[in-house]
Amino acid sequence: MIRFLLRRIGQFIITFLAASFLLFAVTEFSPGTVASKILGPYAVSSQVDLLTEKLHLGDPLLLRYLRWLGIVAGVVENPLGDPAIGLGLSDPRGNRYVGNFGYSLMLKEPVVDVVGERIGYTALLTLLAILVIIPVSLAAGVAAGVNPGRPIDRVLSMGAVILTSLPEFVVAVALLLVGVVWLGLLPGTSPMTQGGRWPLSLQLVLPVGVLVIASASYVLRIVRASVADTMRKPYVRTALLKGLKRRDIILHHVLRNAMIPPITVILLQINWLLTGVVVVESIFAYPGVGSLLLQAALFGDIYLVQALTLLALLVAVGTQLIGDLCYLALDPKIKLG
Amino acid sequence: MSAPLLVVDNLHIAYRGDAGDVTVVKNFSLTLGSSETYGLVGESGSGKSTAAFALLGYLAEGGRIVSGSIKVNGAEITTLDEEGLRHLRGGDIAMVYQEPASALNPVLTIGRQLVEARLAHRPGNKAQALADAASMLTKVRIGDVQAMLRRYPHQLSGGQAQRVVIAMALLAEPKLLVLDEPTTGLDATVEAGVVDLIGELAQKIGMGLLYISHNLALVGRICERVGVMYAGRVVEEGSTRDIFGRPRHPYTQALIACRPVAGEAATSRRLTVIPGQPPAPGIHIEGCAFVPRCPHAVPGRCDQAAAIAVKTIAGKHFVRCARADDELSVVTAAPEAETQSLPGREVIRIEHLSKAYLPRNAFGLARRVDLTQLPKANDDISLSVRQSEILSVVGESGSGKSTLARILIGLEEASEGRVLLLDQDVARRRAWRRPRSLLRALQMVFQNPDSTLNPSHKVGAIIGRAVKRLGQIQGRQAITARVDELLAQVQLPQSFTGKYPHELSGGQRQRVGIARAFAGNPDIIIADEPVSALDVSVQAAIVNLLLDMQRESGTTFVFISHDLALVRHISDRVVVMFGGRIMETGRPAEIFAPPYHPYTEALLQAAREGRRKVPAFDPAPPPRTGCRYAGRCPRRIDGLCEIKEPPRQATQGGHVIFCHLSWEQFGAAQTFSEGD
Repeated sequence: MIRFLLRRIGQFIITFLAASFLLFAVTEFSPGTVASKILGPYAVSSQVDLLTEKLHLGDPLLLRYLRWLGIVAGVVENPLGDPAIGLGLSDPRGNRYVGNFGYSLMLKEPVVDVVGERIGYTALLTLLAILVIIPVSLAAGVAAGVNPGRPIDRVLSMGAVILTSLPEFVVAVALLLVGVVWLGLLPGTSPMTQGGRWPLSLQLVLPVGVLVIASASYVLRIVRASVADTMRKPYVRTALLKGLKRRDIILHHVLRNAMIPPITVILLQINWLLTGVVVVESIFAYPGVGSLLLQAALFGDIYLVQALTLLALLVAVGTQLIGDLCYLALDPKIKLG
Repeated sequence: MSAPLLVVDNLHIAYRGDAGDVTVVKNFSLTLGSSETYGLVGESGSGKSTAAFALLGYLAEGGRIVSGSIKVNGAEITTLDEEGLRHLRGGDIAMVYQEPASALNPVLTIGRQLVEARLAHRPGNKAQALADAASMLTKVRIGDVQAMLRRYPHQLSGGQAQRVVIAMALLAEPKLLVLDEPTTGLDATVEAGVVDLIGELAQKIGMGLLYISHNLALVGRICERVGVMYAGRVVEEGSTRDIFGRPRHPYTQALIACRPVAGEAATSRRLTVIPGQPPAPGIHIEGCAFVPRCPHAVPGRCDQAAAIAVKTIAGKHFVRCARADDELSVVTAAPEAETQSLPGREVIRIEHLSKAYLPRNAFGLARRVDLTQLPKANDDISLSVRQSEILSVVGESGSGKSTLARILIGLEEASEGRVLLLDQDVARRRAWRRPRSLLRALQMVFQNPDSTLNPSHKVGAIIGRAVKRLGQIQGRQAITARVDELLAQVQLPQSFTGKYPHELSGGQRQRVGIARAFAGNPDIIIADEPVSALDVSVQAAIVNLLLDMQRESGTTFVFISHDLALVRHISDRVVVMFGGRIMETGRPAEIFAPPYHPYTEALLQAAREGRRKVPAFDPAPPPRTGCRYAGRCPRRIDGLCEIKEPPRQATQGGHVIFCHLSWEQFGAAQTFSEGD
């Protein structure tokens, strides 16, 4: 089991390094682009050449990648913050610290500060959404799955199909119509500013609501399918013909086996919630990471894009690791085999 | 006999189908006394399993009892509610399942699953239940009981899993044990052990046994009474002696004739078959359902409703046949004269082949280790096969026979030695590195046709692709013509090209698998248990088909099987393997009669009598030095067999035995083993 863990962590590091190299190559492959991105669209070519030289952007890609790793790890100084370059960028932490992702060109601020401000809100949104999604989808999915073909299954499955097929913006508009226009109980936007008319808790209701509807209905269907499939397994028949009570069969024989496939799906939802919620954040003007990434990409803010994409990678690889740990806990074949 | 334990009266069971209800069990009646052993025999789809599950009040989705009654100890169970059924299940009646490995929950320990069964019906606390579970495991002869309680199902061998399932059923102290194909998928030696064990335990506690099986030989050996089911009806019932000695229903007669007769020199390799196929469920046949396949059917008599009335032959021998009073002779297809083709040049030559699975490190790379220290799936095997020869490889699971096949076909690489296929060394060349001509020359027929045919392709496409890739035939018309020709060869109608595999029966699917294998006119066919998943009557037809095609095309056959009667019937030469080594090779006449290797002797004895002492403990892995069989050999010479490699002893005719005993001593143990 320790071996399994070590192997997974080793793979985790390798995957992360490989992905970060690809990311670096994609964003900084051509040295000229990097300098002109930094200087903006109105820079003269001589300025671009000068900056390229000062930042050593002409070095081979691998060398630049290693230097970048060094900057992120806090070993190498970031030349961007050097007053001699004259970009007017400065960082109160100095030019050398762990997690130095450079500066957002869009906001002229250190990337760490920009992301740090947003990530808290995203984490809050994700946490609230997941806290609703997991119990709701598991309870409803199991209720439907253990009664295949019965009315409760028909209603839940049909409802889930309809909700899954509705795009997020449709759900958002529908909720806005009900909560804001009709009932007037909720705010139409959620910029998470304090002291206004709406308390923070009410600002969160609609974004969380939309995310739950979009995600829980999908997870429900996966859970339902897995539970219904497990119910038909020969060992469940064995349990039944052993004379066990229905409740015990479902709790002890069905659930643990049926939870194995949905774990991946639930983790993918966390993945999406942490880094991919663009539509909902835009509609509700929510200050999350998803909309920030969209803005950064449109602006060509390469350092911010790098940091946010790396964050997404971390989340993706991290949830995979968590998933493996869950399988380890649920499936004895992995633990012992 | 005491008061009947189980009385089933005129039971009808139907399933909801696309076009109305389909009755799958008709007029089913059965009376079973306590501590009686009854065998219900029939082909798949005959309704035997449905009837058996109904005894526990369990029907698969869409099933219902239309009419009839089931009384257990005098209490009607067809009207029980959920709570009543719960007390019945595992309480009065317990079940042992087909495929024991899938009947156990993969994520719970064996101990947990046993305790549960024990606590469901008898009061007690967990510690008591655990103690009971442990003692029951001892009774089913599990070696290290405490370790077994902590294990998970995937850590068990097939025989162990079956014993655990039996222990689980017995923990509730049932009065009736229903066994649904309890030994399908187990080796002959293991089968014999399991069957003996059940019989012994049942006798001890006075439990009734109901065996559901398609294995006639097994049922004939262990049951006192037998019922034969065909198309939902019991067509004949009687004492085992009557059913096997004086079968009256033409179907029973044909079923018994289908099996190769052990101990009889075969005049022809072809097996007797029952022409045609059982009717699909839901098709209504007036009168006797066997009429379309019956050689004795009389129009106007057998196709009347009265034809299926029960007739008493004598005492407790009943039959549903209009012609029960006529003396019907057993009609068998006359075996055709056959010319024995002479083996030609050498097509497979294996020299000192060994295969070890290398341990892998954390990154999945093979570690460098000393090969001699590893357990080997194949260990120093030398063998040669000539053109148009039928070579059978027998041995229990773990003997390495499947590994050998996998190396030949190119799914595995050998660790050491040479494998010459048509003079090319392929020991370290897997299939994708072999030239196309060699892939064409060597084809395989698999055990389970369901999982080897692509479910999303039609039969025509499956065979057509093989024709195109292996038969080197281009052009749509030429391919279609060849596909039709192949289908005709395997006796399937041309219309089958448009069907999907799931629309076919098991036997039909295996025919498609054979047509696919023959698409490129292969020189060698490796058949891995090609018929063991099929019904008896279908088995005979498939074996005949393989033999016909082999004779016509001069193909070489490597036949892997644990069905000794069949192997004896069809083979030119037999190889007996154990623990990755060859124990004995020779012609069937030499293998199946003394002098033989002690292991061959044990195998034959298990198959013939089903009376083999159950090993008290799970067999240990074979030793790495000396004779691999030494650990289990009743004739072991201590201080010699487990240390020194056994010498090769051979006759001029090519009969080879690897053993320390002298030639005169082989087979002498016969008298001794019959004593126990």
